[in-house]
Amino acid sequence: MEFFRYLGASTRTSFTKLGRASFFLISILSGISSVIVRPRLLLKQLHSVGVLSFLIITISGLFVGMVLGLQGFYILSRFGAEETLGVMVAASLVRELGPVVAALLFAGRAGSALTAEIGLMKATEQLSGMEMMAIDPIKRIISPRFLAGFLSMPLLAALFSAVGIIGGQMVGSGLLGVDDGAYWSQMRANLDFQGDIINGVIKSVVFGFVTSWIALFEGYDAIPTAEGVSRATTRTVVNSAFSILGLDFILTALMFGDN
Amino acid sequence: MDNLILTQDSLVSVHNLTFSRGEKKIFDDISLEFERGKITAIMGPSGTGKTTLLKIIGGQLYPEKGSVTINGRDVHHLKREDLYILRKRMGMLFQSGALLTDMNVFDNVAYPVREHTNLPESMIRSLVLMKLEAVGLRGARDLMPNELSGGMARRVALARAIALDPMMIMYDEPFTGQDPISMGALVLLIKSLNTTLGLTSIIVSHDVHETAAIADYIYVLAGGKVVGQGTPQEIQESSSEWVQQFMNGAADGPVHFHYPAKEYMDDLLHSEKAFKPLFTRQRPLSDRKAKRKRYS
Repeated sequence: MEFFRYLGASTRTSFTKLGRASFFLISILSGISSVIVRPRLLLKQLHSVGVLSFLIITISGLFVGMVLGLQGFYILSRFGAEETLGVMVAASLVRELGPVVAALLFAGRAGSALTAEIGLMKATEQLSGMEMMAIDPIKRIISPRFLAGFLSMPLLAALFSAVGIIGGQMVGSGLLGVDDGAYWSQMRANLDFQGDIINGVIKSVVFGFVTSWIALFEGYDAIPTAEGVSRATTRTVVNSAFSILGLDFILTALMFGDN
Repeated sequence: MDNLILTQDSLVSVHNLTFSRGEKKIFDDISLEFERGKITAIMGPSGTGKTTLLKIIGGQLYPEKGSVTINGRDVHHLKREDLYILRKRMGMLFQSGALLTDMNVFDNVAYPVREHTNLPESMIRSLVLMKLEAVGLRGARDLMPNELSGGMARRVALARAIALDPMMIMYDEPFTGQDPISMGALVLLIKSLNTTLGLTSIIVSHDVHETAAIADYIYVLAGGKVVGQGTPQEIQESSSEWVQQFMNGAADGPVHFHYPAKEYMDDLLHSEKAFKPLFTRQRPLSDRKAKRKRYS
């Protein structure tokens, strides 16, 4: 009986939180028009959320591409198909690893930072202070960060994929002797713009939306104490990871299901 | 209604306010009046909901029952836009200062002016420097909030609170944690701002002497009720046990030193967790149930 009570209470808590998060999202979206009027707010956040994530995305993309090149070569060479290494590396990155790994890294770097920043602003009464100055913190603080995350994510995923493809080429052509021309021409011939690249971009747009929403909501909803902010930051990374991987499965099934 | 002083010239009126947090009743049908141009202090022991009262007056929290009117307008029945228009004429000094940490002192003070007016930058500069001069921190305009002492941060926050020339200011524990020099500076500053700008000031504090020195009228809150009210002189001479305990800083009295608990000996002898080992293979069932309850 105790178990069912616990289950019921947990379910109710989860749905209540989902409801709060939905209202929060509506207010974020309604605040976006005021961000467009003041682009300086957005530019500042694009720098801290997007530009400062460049390094981690570039380095990770390079190594993931290099590993793909290495593993792909070992497998493809068994069938004498090492010339198609470029297609394998590019398709893996553009369709899956680019959006997914970039989003996971984004959640870890930018998402956690957003949650901690908003949570600490709440704990130090900065958000209340803005309210009392008749300045809407959703419009001035939350919406610019949301828009910056939403716009940065597809660009970061594209960067991740591009650097990864170069990493694959460095290993495949540079170290393992795959023909450089074949690497690029096979990729161009077999990668579909609509089916592969656009679908990958759609995925990264969805991940950017969800990750930014989760990060900002967790910060705004955090208990305003050191422990509360710490827990909220952890929840951001965990919930973002679950959402990204779960949504990736759904989106993949919808996009590539009939192939 | 018996503890309500009826004045014709109240800027803020709190009528029959009731507010609870969970099971705990923070305010139980209290009424207060804040006269225009005067300094009114709300005093009482920690945890009596003094800060909560300021948040209710500012429209950040909603009462269960009762109303708060500012300048004749019911705060909790205003539309969001109207509430924001009203808040432009209210300043609030938070206990922590609540300065925006990514801006320097100058930009913090300029922030509400830039947000709410279309003044040219040269005029904003003059305005901000005047406000900073009033709090003695014109020379600190380029410092970041993390480079300020607690007292300086509060003075900057005060400059920001008066940036739009409000009709009233609410001070949340302005003297807490201040050294004697900063405290003296803040006391003088609050008094002089009130006099020179003709502000209506509401000070929430438990620093008896500093607050009594500048307040025109004092309310003492305890246990969700107004337990005393009057001029500082009347409060000092009050026969109320509650007021006397608070003003004289007695450790025990109507406000108990001990938080409610079961009998001490009973607690010591029958505690199920008293001898619980640090590491157990399995937690006792009661402990697991308690955890589930906490999460539910």
